[in-house]
Amino acid sequence: MSGTTSLDLKRMVKNNTMLFALVAVMLLFQVLILATDHGSLFAPSNITNIINQNAYVMILATGELLCILTGGNIDLSVGSIVAFVGAIAGTLIVNLHMNVYLSIVLCLGVGLLIGAWHGLWIAFVSIPPFIVTLSGMLLWRGAALIVLNGLTISPLPDNYLSIFTSYLPATADKGFVFTVTMTLAVICCVAFVLLQSVSRINKKRKGYNTGAGGPFIIKLVVISAAILIIASLLGQHKGLPVILVILAVIVAAYAYYTQNTVPGRYLYALGGNQKAARLSGVNTKNVMFFAYTNMGFLSAIAALACVARFNSAAPTAGMNYELDAIGACFIGGASAYGGTGTVGGAVIGAIFMGVLNNGMSILGVDANWQKAVKGLVLLLAVIFDVVSKNKKSSN
Amino acid sequence: MAQTLLEMRHITKEFPGVRALDDVSFEVTEGEIHALVGENGAGKSTLMNILSGIYSYGTYRGDIVYNGNICKFHTIKDSEAEGIVIIHQELALVPLLTIGENMFLGNERGKTGKIDWDETFGKADKLLEKVGLHESSHTLIKDIGVGKQQLVEIGKALGKNVKLLILDEPTASLNDTEAKHLLDLLREFKKKGMTSILISHKLSEVSYVADKTTIIRDGRVIKTLDKEKDPFDEDTIISAMVGRALTDRFPKRTPHIGDVSFEVKNWNVNHPVYTDMKVCNDINFYVRKGEVVGISGLMGAGRTELAMSLFGRSYGTNIHGSVFVNGKEVHLPTIKSAIDHGIAYVTEDRKGNGLIVSQTIAQNTTAAKPSKISKHSIIDFDLENKLAAETVKEMRTKCSSVFENVENLSGGNQQKVLVGKWLFADPEILILDEPTRGIDVGAKYEIYSIINQMVAHGKSVIFISSEMPEILGMCDRIYVMSEGKIVDEMDGHEATQEKIMSAIIKSGKGA
Repeated sequence: MSGTTSLDLKRMVKNNTMLFALVAVMLLFQVLILATDHGSLFAPSNITNIINQNAYVMILATGELLCILTGGNIDLSVGSIVAFVGAIAGTLIVNLHMNVYLSIVLCLGVGLLIGAWHGLWIAFVSIPPFIVTLSGMLLWRGAALIVLNGLTISPLPDNYLSIFTSYLPATADKGFVFTVTMTLAVICCVAFVLLQSVSRINKKRKGYNTGAGGPFIIKLVVISAAILIIASLLGQHKGLPVILVILAVIVAAYAYYTQNTVPGRYLYALGGNQKAARLSGVNTKNVMFFAYTNMGFLSAIAALACVARFNSAAPTAGMNYELDAIGACFIGGASAYGGTGTVGGAVIGAIFMGVLNNGMSILGVDANWQKAVKGLVLLLAVIFDVVSKNKKSSN
Repeated sequence: MAQTLLEMRHITKEFPGVRALDDVSFEVTEGEIHALVGENGAGKSTLMNILSGIYSYGTYRGDIVYNGNICKFHTIKDSEAEGIVIIHQELALVPLLTIGENMFLGNERGKTGKIDWDETFGKADKLLEKVGLHESSHTLIKDIGVGKQQLVEIGKALGKNVKLLILDEPTASLNDTEAKHLLDLLREFKKKGMTSILISHKLSEVSYVADKTTIIRDGRVIKTLDKEKDPFDEDTIISAMVGRALTDRFPKRTPHIGDVSFEVKNWNVNHPVYTDMKVCNDINFYVRKGEVVGISGLMGAGRTELAMSLFGRSYGTNIHGSVFVNGKEVHLPTIKSAIDHGIAYVTEDRKGNGLIVSQTIAQNTTAAKPSKISKHSIIDFDLENKLAAETVKEMRTKCSSVFENVENLSGGNQQKVLVGKWLFADPEILILDEPTRGIDVGAKYEIYSIINQMVAHGKSVIFISSEMPEILGMCDRIYVMSEGKIVDEMDGHEATQEKIMSAIIKSGKGA
């Protein structure tokens, strides 16, 4: 029994190498920041900051992961879609005074249409995704410039901003904020532990192998502790950012979709072996079309969040976002050939990049150096992942 | 008496948890063709990889003595410098380069940094002549067939001043004529003093071409047979390979044949690229419940094309004709619709078209019928693992668990996963396309047993194979296909290889 426990533990460590790397990087920055007397990486305001700064990358990385799964295909156009949809949002809401909710729905629709446009050529006419989305990258950036006439629209009305940038609960009472945030966190933890336990009990009841109990409890404790710690930090600042809630819903939904549903599995099958997937009855064209249409949709959500965060719709918005999102996926363990990778991994990759940015900014590292370091870290992270996987397979 | 060219002494090679080779010793005499046979996973390829330096010196125990010297090869370059060249089963040619460029890839002619193209193509033409291939050295590899590609590989080896040529399953994807040409070529080279080692599953080839045969089983040498002294027939070799006398290569079965379950009428298919070319020409055939129907024919007869076009139009254009399942006409425009009507197609190309090798056995097993393990598209993982484990047990697949990746399995076990995947889909009509290609005698027998089990349960099996003995041994009824047409139909008991061949030849004359 103890043998299987240690084996399960080993597997747990091996499957989460990037998570450990993330924790290591966070601790490293914390030490450096404390040593140089720049405050703290884990300051409540900074945690809130990291979330706000990186929410859009995580949303985009989730969509990008789906594309990468289909066979290492990337979508280069997402940054430009962010600019274009943002431009439409700004025009509708500020210039045309349209109802905020109607504008949001219209913008999401535009995102879907753009994604479908890419998906159409990629899936049904077999144009390589790289080319279609490279075209999209130029096309939608140009379209954003045309819509905005090269200018920036700003500011946006409060009722729009509050949808994406407010906090729960919406009050300034510090004590009350903390109580509510912690209560929400505790509810989350209890729900999580209950769901996990119920599924484990069900498994046992049906006579399936449940694995050792030790790692299961460790998993519950670690995740609950992480939720509580983050909540307590957020509670000390302004409370739960709405964008975090939106993000959590998106990530949870897509993680479930890719891991637990049949269409989700088709994404992996397509990336693993397209011909075999097709001969197993998978409509590979539809799967491909879905991945890219979905990317357009998620780009639109990211666009709306970005417009709110910067309180402006600018033609230069979303510059290089595609690279951050793609980088996050690969840091998070997605294969450049498709077929492997998880939404959770992509999110960890995005946080990794975010912490790197944030930590270096706090330390006052020159922006030019930051870019160079990020480039190197991307490569190092993937080397680390590949090497540790090679070891795993030879063991 | 010719002298010993190569001696491998007490070679032992271990992988984590497995001893792949256990004290293997064998000798090759200069100027002979030495066959190496054994079941999949017996250790033949491992032994050859050690010899060619892919597993470098130090990762194994024992000595390689070549030309009287102990060799310590660290890379393939080292062994090639000594004139040992290995040609792998999967050809290492670049499709978009010319024959000449491929022949001297890594061995370029000319001075440092500047390639002498005249010399390259001139020498390549000479090598092509040597291997009897009438192609220009400027032809692209992708424009010639696999048989010719194999000859290019041999020419490439000759360009390296090869003394010992190792061929790993060279004829696996060749038709009979091409295979014979290749084997005759080896015999010709032998006359000129070249030594070769031939790894093959086709025992008829081994007895045709080899002077000696070494049989490996479970990482050990069982024995070496000498054509001059020992019995050299297929049965002797087979019994040494599997460790028991194989009295019957095909499991027995009493057929219980029922009504017609699947019928095809006036089926026509055109080539997907050359749309004017007819690949299947007005084909009519039927299968009954509990019946194994064979489709025999040479490579390129249109058998795979027929099967795939029936399986949800996964091949071809301008398809027309009618398909009846249990007497009712059905339309199968997509693969999914074919699966839903109980048709399964086990492809001939298990790695290319059949399996997702980077995924687990469980995921591969359920891929064609996810509805069995999901409710409202949500996967029940426990159910999946349970059902996959049942399939693994039924197929007697050797693996540590259903979570093992398919790429870690041997060829025979991968084939079992592939067949298991389609059994999981609960087909009524199972189309097997070369289901025993490249797998060993033991695994073949198990696949045959599965076929018998299927028909015993009243299902229908369409069995496509290029190996006539298994068609004759397994089928109740045989259709002979040639150049896109069904040219003959015969009862399984009355059919012989001669009858099938003469049907093919006659059809060619008549046209």
